[in-house]
Amino acid sequence: MSEETKYDGHFAVEGGNFRNAGQVSSRIKNILKDLGCDSDMVRRAAIVTYEAEINIVSYARKGLIHLRAKPDSVRIEISDEGPGIADIELAMQEGYSTASPIVREMGFGAGMGLANMKRFSDNFSITSRVNEGTQVVMQIDQVH
Amino acid sequence: MNLELIVESLKLRVRYGAKNLKREVTGGFVGDLLSDVIANSQEGNVWITRQIHQNIIAVASLKEIAGIVLVQGSEPAAETLARAEQEGIPLLVSDLPGFEVAGRIYKMLNP
Repeated sequence: MSEETKYDGHFAVEGGNFRNAGQVSSRIKNILKDLGCDSDMVRRAAIVTYEAEINIVSYARKGLIHLRAKPDSVRIEISDEGPGIADIELAMQEGYSTASPIVREMGFGAGMGLANMKRFSDNFSITSRVNEGTQVVMQIDQVH
Repeated sequence: MNLELIVESLKLRVRYGAKNLKREVTGGFVGDLLSDVIANSQEGNVWITRQIHQNIIAVASLKEIAGIVLVQGSEPAAETLARAEQEGIPLLVSDLPGFEVAGRIYKMLNP
């Protein structure tokens, strides 16, 4: 199996901008599709990137999504500048959310974002500093 | 079964996408929580929801949803309609409650 990197790029996400929410994940999905990545890998990458993007928009001032695609795996690194997460274990619990009522009314903030990111990636790690920001690293491997 | 048959049978009002109704429908998904839809809907599904804001189009496009049915007579917001046109996602409206829309579409897909 080849280890060569097929794509390496950064995407900026603006905090609070729900209007453009989803654009970066849509671009990333199209990039992976164009690279000819396995469709299950593309599907899972789109899901986790969308959730990451929505988290940045909902909570952070700004964030960066770093996509690195290899022939048989995708690595997605998220880093944001924002409030950070005080209790990561609690934040990882499905259904737990600190989203505002307005964000919830739109159907976001269901407390499924981080859980979905973990569920659809093969490798998931998260670190955070309160009042500084949060970093998430996810890897998605081709199944067959 | 394609979307057009569902539109005709349920007398859905086509707010956008009259030209995109030939798409094959693989099933349906009901939900107003976007994370739920992102995680659990399948490509080619009809998505039944009460959410009318523009973010539903991004979700539908990302998941390659066949079309969105807004229930209980909910009309799409103006930006939602504009986004639907950009992304080519059919946007349909029913006066029926979600339960009935889901039931009827389910019956059509599983006769």
